[in-house]
Amino acid sequence: MIPFPSRDQTPAPNIPAPGFADPVRDAQRCFRRLLAALSYPGRPQEIGDLLPRGPEPLYSSTAALCLTLFDVDTPVWLEPGLDTPEVRQFLSFHCGCPIAAHPGEAAFALLPVAAAERLAAFHVGTPEYPDRAATLLIQTPSVTGGAPVAATGPGIPERQDFAVAGANGGFWSRRAAVDAAFPCGLDIVFVDPRQIVGLPRGVHAIGEDA
Amino acid sequence: MNAPDTGYNFAYLDEQTKRMIRRAILKAVAVPGYQVPFAGREMPLPYGWGTGGIQVTAAVIGADDTLKVIDQGADDTTNAVSIRRFFQRTAGVATTTETEKATLIQTRHRIPEARLGEHQILVYQVPIPEPLRWMEARESETRKMHALAEYGVMHVRLYEDIAHMGRIVKSYDYPVRVNGRYIMAPSPIPKFDNPKMDRMPALQLFGAGREKRIYAVPPYTRVESLDFEDHPFEIQTWSEGCALCGATDSYLDEVVTDDRGGRMMVCSDTDHCDKRRAAGHSGPMAAPYGETPR
Repeated sequence: MIPFPSRDQTPAPNIPAPGFADPVRDAQRCFRRLLAALSYPGRPQEIGDLLPRGPEPLYSSTAALCLTLFDVDTPVWLEPGLDTPEVRQFLSFHCGCPIAAHPGEAAFALLPVAAAERLAAFHVGTPEYPDRAATLLIQTPSVTGGAPVAATGPGIPERQDFAVAGANGGFWSRRAAVDAAFPCGLDIVFVDPRQIVGLPRGVHAIGEDA
Repeated sequence: MNAPDTGYNFAYLDEQTKRMIRRAILKAVAVPGYQVPFAGREMPLPYGWGTGGIQVTAAVIGADDTLKVIDQGADDTTNAVSIRRFFQRTAGVATTTETEKATLIQTRHRIPEARLGEHQILVYQVPIPEPLRWMEARESETRKMHALAEYGVMHVRLYEDIAHMGRIVKSYDYPVRVNGRYIMAPSPIPKFDNPKMDRMPALQLFGAGREKRIYAVPPYTRVESLDFEDHPFEIQTWSEGCALCGATDSYLDEVVTDDRGGRMMVCSDTDHCDKRRAAGHSGPMAAPYGETPR
């Protein structure tokens, strides 16, 4: 006879990090802040209050975006630094999204900010279907603590300054090269533990390359 | 009134559908003026009654939103009343007729006269999202024309108006160029409203249910009405003001008042007209404000 597990047993190590407490309400709140981030590029939006924690090494803010955006229709690329069993388990349990085998297949990608040189690997859409371009969620220690970047374009009245930590090493010139093919291009959301900054493809951002 | 119907998900659509629409909206914002295809659902009202706008609103709306719905500027027409009730019942949200108090405005064929702000989102109901459709029936061709920014045919269409009639006669759904790139149908708003779209601080979202397209104009984005150097774009003007509030700067509707040729011109935006009358403005046919006319 198989013994029934007792109630005071410590939780099995393979229980995924929790999802939204109220999935309908919290996904809507998260979406509206993401929509504001992409509508007003460069302006930080608060997003850290939606989930208590995410699967290591994702921030709770990044995990909230995953729960809001991903499902069976969206292949997701996990950059090696963020590809852990905890993250895979979290995504397969809560989102059911396929994990892309190659970056070029992904609708969404999760990247650490250090992986900026990977930009060219993602699908930028086609001139007929620019909406099929990937959206990159880039984790950074801070969306306000880096070298200043000046942005102009749709969503910005005159000029918007922002400062993403870690986005250097040629990141800005690489992004400019990818987005020169507008309407093709990559839509980027920088995520830190509390805030997000949106950077859609049509926005010109001039940063200081380190 | 704000007790939502049980038995439906919040705002009627299921979460998987909302996610799909939300992803389409984000791509629409990223490529201003480009029509994003989406898997439009059957809604509990016929095509032509705002099925696209309703799906966009349902994907965006939250419990803390205040919703305003207008049909040709009016809050009290059938389409506006039924859509407002739909979201009261399925989402339990607060509603208003006052433009300034709304955080989310769904509109059929008008932009409110009051200037919209950053805290607001304007959702348009769109019957025909493709501005080139009357010149080119094939979707494969119009898609290629947008991809190559090959818009000569649209200028020819406007030029033919000038050649035949001496001026561009298109008075509603007047084509615009968004951020210097895509030519976009602004939905059948009067061309009077076109200048309001230019660099509007509020986000503008467009939903076409039958054609299953979503597109967007982000805040502070250039929206130019197409024209020619020698035939510049002009908006409608009227020789008289609103008969009720005296406004000379708003879009006026003609209302037939009897069967002997009587008519009056009144503000199409009912909230704008009401606010002006409450503030003491009055037109030639106005009863004193607050008195119910017999």
